[in-house]
Amino acid sequence: MATQTQITPSIERPSAFRAFFDAVQDWVTTVDHKKIGLLYIGYALIFLIVGGVEAILMRIQLWAPNNHFVSPQTFNRLFTMHGATMVFFVGMPILFGFGNYLVPLMIGARDMAFPRLNAFSFWISAFGGLLLYFSYFAGSGLYGAGTAPDVGWWAYSPLTSRVFSPGHSTDYWTLSIFISGIGSIGTALNIVATTLCMRCPGMKLSRMPLLVWLYLVTSGLVFVTISPLTAAQIMLCIDRYLGGHFFDTQAGGSAVLWMHFFWIFGHPEVYILVLPAFAFANEIIPVFSRKAIFGYPAMVSASVGIGFISLTVWAHHMFTVGMGPGPNAFFTFSTMVISVPTGIKIFNWVATLWGGNIHFTTPMKFAIAFLFQFLVAGLTGIMLSASPFDWQLSHSYFVVAHFHYVLVGAILFMIFAAFYYWYPKMTGRMLSDKLGTWHFWLFVIGFHLTFDFMHVPGLLGMPRRIYTYEADRGWQIWNMIVSSGAIFQAVAVLIFAYNLVVSWFKGEKAGPDPWDAWTLEWSTTSPPPTYNFSVIPTVESRRPLWDAKHPEEPDAHFE
Amino acid sequence: MFLSVTLPATDSPLATYAHFAAHRLFPAFHPRAGWHLLALLVDQSSTSIFAPQATPARLIFGLSVLVLSICGTIFAVVAGLLLFILFRYRHRRGYTQREPAQIYGSAQVELSWTVIPILIVVVLFLATARVIFITQSVPRPPDALDVVVIGHQYWWEFRYPKMGIVTANELHVPVSSTDHPSPTYLTMSSADTDHSFWVPRLAGKLDVIPNKINTMWIDPEKAGLYLGQCAQYCGVQHAKMLLRVYADSPSEFSAWVAQQQRPAVDDPQVSAGRAVFEANACVNCHTISGTAGHGTFGPNLSHLASRATIASGSLPLTAENLHAFIDDPSRFKPGVLMPAMHLDDHDLDAVTKYLMTLH
Repeated sequence: MATQTQITPSIERPSAFRAFFDAVQDWVTTVDHKKIGLLYIGYALIFLIVGGVEAILMRIQLWAPNNHFVSPQTFNRLFTMHGATMVFFVGMPILFGFGNYLVPLMIGARDMAFPRLNAFSFWISAFGGLLLYFSYFAGSGLYGAGTAPDVGWWAYSPLTSRVFSPGHSTDYWTLSIFISGIGSIGTALNIVATTLCMRCPGMKLSRMPLLVWLYLVTSGLVFVTISPLTAAQIMLCIDRYLGGHFFDTQAGGSAVLWMHFFWIFGHPEVYILVLPAFAFANEIIPVFSRKAIFGYPAMVSASVGIGFISLTVWAHHMFTVGMGPGPNAFFTFSTMVISVPTGIKIFNWVATLWGGNIHFTTPMKFAIAFLFQFLVAGLTGIMLSASPFDWQLSHSYFVVAHFHYVLVGAILFMIFAAFYYWYPKMTGRMLSDKLGTWHFWLFVIGFHLTFDFMHVPGLLGMPRRIYTYEADRGWQIWNMIVSSGAIFQAVAVLIFAYNLVVSWFKGEKAGPDPWDAWTLEWSTTSPPPTYNFSVIPTVESRRPLWDAKHPEEPDAHFE
Repeated sequence: MFLSVTLPATDSPLATYAHFAAHRLFPAFHPRAGWHLLALLVDQSSTSIFAPQATPARLIFGLSVLVLSICGTIFAVVAGLLLFILFRYRHRRGYTQREPAQIYGSAQVELSWTVIPILIVVVLFLATARVIFITQSVPRPPDALDVVVIGHQYWWEFRYPKMGIVTANELHVPVSSTDHPSPTYLTMSSADTDHSFWVPRLAGKLDVIPNKINTMWIDPEKAGLYLGQCAQYCGVQHAKMLLRVYADSPSEFSAWVAQQQRPAVDDPQVSAGRAVFEANACVNCHTISGTAGHGTFGPNLSHLASRATIASGSLPLTAENLHAFIDDPSRFKPGVLMPAMHLDDHDLDAVTKYLMTLH
């Protein structure tokens, strides 16, 4: 006792302000891939709430025909900001966040290849999101009260030219996404370098976890696709401020040129978002089926194949542009072809479940819902790829339903699965299973109410991006069902957010390996120390922890 | 042959198909019930893509039934298999093995689920390509009607170059029959931003893009009104850029053409209203034949009163609506490019009366 009382005074307890300042400084200046990963995830979650609120406002407006809840100008800003936010400031950062956190851990590395580039990429991307939302306070500059961009997240020209978009609202769209693109390229470069150069001894490319493979493909796609978008954005700025006429149709420019630039980015972008969702499924489905992934080489080739084919399909967004029969046929074919490797993936997941011992944990529930919903999203995708069918469906609510089936039904469901699966690793505590079950079922009900029934008004001729609709078209009942589903989704997301916060403090202790899993991140403590592994591991197979748990029949004998 | 691709016309093809399918699948099922189920989807809307009334829409409908059946079958098979597996291999209490048998893959099985989808893709592609080439490459009959469609923020201009007719928002075309095919060819471009011409029961949509000329054709099979609207986001009032296509019988159509070709009515009783029109900024944007108005930024008003609607199909044409619209168009269409005219009551009444005489 006496010795202790003598020591205590020498450790000065820092003031609350000081402690707060230290914590902020620690997070702002960190170059640790795990902290940067968490920053990405936290940032994306905030924007998920913002984008979600925008969606709810739109659904209230569309509840009834000729509703006056928001003005047309406000509605047009809402759908523009909702799309831009969800794609660039929720989807990309949350997936990069998980990638940042998991890739070094899964390949037995102590950090990313370029830690400071990593921090720079996060902060520049984060600045992009803040800049976009600053437009709500300052968008139109001297032209009036502040406004946000209202040109749709594709920003089709000539709507973006200064004639049709005076003030600076369009510039906020251009510059914020341009800037966040720099961050995306930085992170992609980092993931590629880390994957190719930092693997632990024994981890050949053919032994890499599928998650890492998919992040490699996604990062490759980011290189190829962000560049044309950035180029187009620079051209747009030249048009708007330096007298260029690339897209200025009043002076002989081409509106179709912008579409090509945008969709050569825009379609692979969908795969940039969905491949990480596949990545999570590739880790979660085997662990809770208690089986190795079925057909690892086929899964790798399918992923790489999807990456390449996705670069050849962009103009299926332009079937209604009047490209002529030749291009329409070509892009129909390339789009249908991409369903083959995608089908291989679904079948391999199904085969992984076959003969397994399936545990319906919360992450697995989300992964199974993902399988069904991704199947539907793929099939409606095939319908849209048949270009004459697309002449009816394109620009309609059917398309909106289709891509929300991908972005929410597949990607967001797998993001939720990833949270329940890796939260214990990131925090050392389990997420509440009871709250997770509520979250899952409410979200499933809300999702299906909203997005199943959203197909119908599209089939009945309702175009997208309209702030209101005519009462005599028979669309109202469907819109009411769609809007009511949003309530369930909102409640489910609130439960999820509550779960994240409460479990941080009160969650059950997780231990290093709560799921009895097989990849390297589960071999270190939860949360892992700054240096990840005290001794760099050496691996002999694709499932190093399986080998450790089953020395009598290690994977290496069967691969 | 131009219309050799036309499928037999029925009142509601999906309803017939549904009737047939329901009867075959569920013989005990009362056929009317099955009909009602799908009729709910088809008949409740005047803009359903499943109730085609012209060859292009009918071709798409035929393809969509094929694509939907293939996709439906794939869904049933895969989802059924998945459900079975989830049930059969669920974790049960008393599972004694430490881990299930590990299976790493199987070349034969994986080959089969690569080859079968490739075959399905080939079939789907060939069926689709057929429709693409038929719709986009049919030879054009020499006596087809030509209409130029110009998209504006937020209204439609229709010009009949060979007939000297210019009108807005309400397109009149002749009905086409198998004996006397008389399709209408629409040549489209935009005066400002992108738009898209979509009348679901007649054809798929085609974008209306500045600096690009697109062509499509329609051949309505039955007389009547077909509704649609702009399908490509074009600015603030995209939602109220509605489309009305009237398919007229040959005699109705000739009568309509004759009426539109006449000069605008010049009724001395409403000359005060005409003076208001000519003395204000109206003439900068609107044309009325025989007056000082030669503007082309707004709809041609020479035969305004022959139309059923104003404000691009979003308001029925009545004296009250017209009066209120001229007073402040943005009350009905916020963001509309026509300014509030701020006419005094006397002028407003006069000009409304004048416009209502322009049959």
